[in-house]
Amino acid sequence: MSDDPFPASKGPQRGQILFALAFAGFAIFILSNLGNQTTWAARTKLFAQPGFWPGVAGAGMVLFGLLHLRSLRRGKGLRRPWIRREDRAEARIWLQPLEYTAWFMIYVLAVPRVGYLPATMIFAPALTWRLGYRSPRMLWASVAFGVSVVLIFKGLLGVKIPGAAIYEYLPDGLRAFALRYL
Amino acid sequence: MDLIFAGFEVLYRWDVALALLVGSIGGVMIGAVPGVGPAVAIAILLPATFSMDPIVGLTLLLGIYGSSMYGGAIPAILINTPGTAVNALTTYDGYPMTLRGEGRKAISIAYTASFIGAIISIFCLISLAPVLARVAPMFGAREIFLAALLGLVLVVVSHRGQSAIAAALACLGIFIGTIGLEPVKYTKRYTFDQSWLASGVDLIVVVLGLYAISQAFMLMQGDDVKTRRVPLGGGMFQGLREVARHPRVTGVSSGFGVMMGIIPGVGEFTSQFLAYTYAQKTSKRPEDFGHGSVEGLIASESANNSVPAAAMVPLLALGIPGEELTAMMLAVFYVHNVVPGPGLFQNQMDFVMAIYLALLFLNILVMMFLLFSTKALMTVARLPNRFLGVGILTLSFVGIYSLRNSATDCLMAAAFGLFGFILKRLSLPIVPIIMGIVLGGIMEAKLRIAMARVKTPFDFIDRPIAMALFIFIILIIAFQIRSAVIESKRRKEAQWSTRSASTRFGTLLSRRRDFLLTERGKRLRAERSMLSRPSTDRD
Repeated sequence: MSDDPFPASKGPQRGQILFALAFAGFAIFILSNLGNQTTWAARTKLFAQPGFWPGVAGAGMVLFGLLHLRSLRRGKGLRRPWIRREDRAEARIWLQPLEYTAWFMIYVLAVPRVGYLPATMIFAPALTWRLGYRSPRMLWASVAFGVSVVLIFKGLLGVKIPGAAIYEYLPDGLRAFALRYL
Repeated sequence: MDLIFAGFEVLYRWDVALALLVGSIGGVMIGAVPGVGPAVAIAILLPATFSMDPIVGLTLLLGIYGSSMYGGAIPAILINTPGTAVNALTTYDGYPMTLRGEGRKAISIAYTASFIGAIISIFCLISLAPVLARVAPMFGAREIFLAALLGLVLVVVSHRGQSAIAAALACLGIFIGTIGLEPVKYTKRYTFDQSWLASGVDLIVVVLGLYAISQAFMLMQGDDVKTRRVPLGGGMFQGLREVARHPRVTGVSSGFGVMMGIIPGVGEFTSQFLAYTYAQKTSKRPEDFGHGSVEGLIASESANNSVPAAAMVPLLALGIPGEELTAMMLAVFYVHNVVPGPGLFQNQMDFVMAIYLALLFLNILVMMFLLFSTKALMTVARLPNRFLGVGILTLSFVGIYSLRNSATDCLMAAAFGLFGFILKRLSLPIVPIIMGIVLGGIMEAKLRIAMARVKTPFDFIDRPIAMALFIFIILIIAFQIRSAVIESKRRKEAQWSTRSASTRFGTLLSRRRDFLLTERGKRLRAERSMLSRPSTDRD
């Protein structure tokens, strides 16, 4: 343990310059679009203009984003070249969750079609398998988790998640139950 | 006293009692799982409370808010991993105690210190209520604007060493809050002609993305952490005796927690900093701090647990959240048609008192629960990380999709999740974004109202509270600029390895010129000496 329990936080240096550059670029883009993306209302004071607060926010993002960029450039370890090998390696790590984003979006799109319970019962163990848990205990635990989430949130708490298209093919009594609780 | 009875009447229902029980026990369990945290839990559960009565839904989420820090102390002490971010300091003295076989005693101290901190804070809150009821109406639009601005400034400056990016992220939060239809003129702002942006970006979507989905990504992308199993030593009731031996540290630390909780934007970390520093400086054994000091543990736990109740003061009295969790609680209040602010104190004082009493009861419930369930909670704390990631992702879906049944919201939340993942990888703060969204909206609305009655700039601060807030903001900004200048000077001194010589730009240029002239002089003298040989070289 270090001696100072309250160190000034700086964070790791890898990837900082990439983030700062991207942020500053985005901030400049936002500010440069102020005229296109907001309207100027006639007979209205400046602070009540629809574009006033986006303008304040955009200007702040540019100012502080550039200040942050400048503070990184002055840092000892971030002298030229601007983007180093470890920055590129960090950027590759940033892209890794895209796979999980795809998993999540497939799950989102599957729910209204397949149903909340079946989709969750497939999603949770499949992702558990993908993450390297191969023991039957973990896979059954993920199935149990999926079922309990659906039962608690949709069945018990009545959270608004629409019934699936596939439930329409169920027999009458079961269909109403599935649409309401599953 | 009438107010207290009125509060009791609001709470005297079986569904409220059940919500309080579920919320407080659930909060402890959520706090005990490293990597989940109360913000994630509140965001996930908020849509589930839509159909409940306001007081039931609020009590449930209040239970999670008020009890998570108790649970967070368990893994912090036993496996050196804080359950919630504010329990990080607990690892400092808690884990060394576990290593020397006093785990159970450390946990008991943490519970007792937390409990006393929370109770002191709640009693302060209850006794302050009549004062607040009198002061809150003095806050008009301009005072609320300035208080919100103060909160934002404090959030920024509290990120030591990262103020510039914290300010930039706060501005990003303000910007995100402005996307969509402008509320007065109904004109589009930054929608880029996309219909899905017209209704704006929902706070819950941002919170779930930045906190829950990003955390799921972090857990799934990392490895499972192997934790050491250390035998627990000491008695579960030893904490009472230890805390009773240090009433000064407990009292002062709780006091810091109350004060820092009341000031918007400051929160647990500053209160812990002040309490821990105070405890160390006044201790007879300061060398023990960081190596299993009982006083250190008491200071950190009583300071952090006295903040949640105190943080309800600016939230309920002015409608201004002090930190991320109260920002989320503000969303919870709005969802349940309870609008915090001076009006609440004037018209629904029984409701305010009911919330205070709920906080009191939940602390008692949690304390009773914890004394007998610590061992079972350890099993929860040891869940494999990546499996936990699957769980958070599955639960995030409920929170986001149940808002509007919109796949676009889920996509936006996933995008914010990616952004949050990058911020977490770089150890950059997320809180300023949330505070920017919440406080930016308040500031926009209040500035518009305030400026309608202002003729000259001085009119804006001509009332005592507005003037005091304005001076406070200016002082903080001036202090921050001074600190930045000193820090920059120190960095330059370190870079140039000199303390005595000036590091000003002009002096550096002048020094460089002198160096170049000296070098040129040396070169010229060397050339001349080659042309005119010394007399000793003659034949």
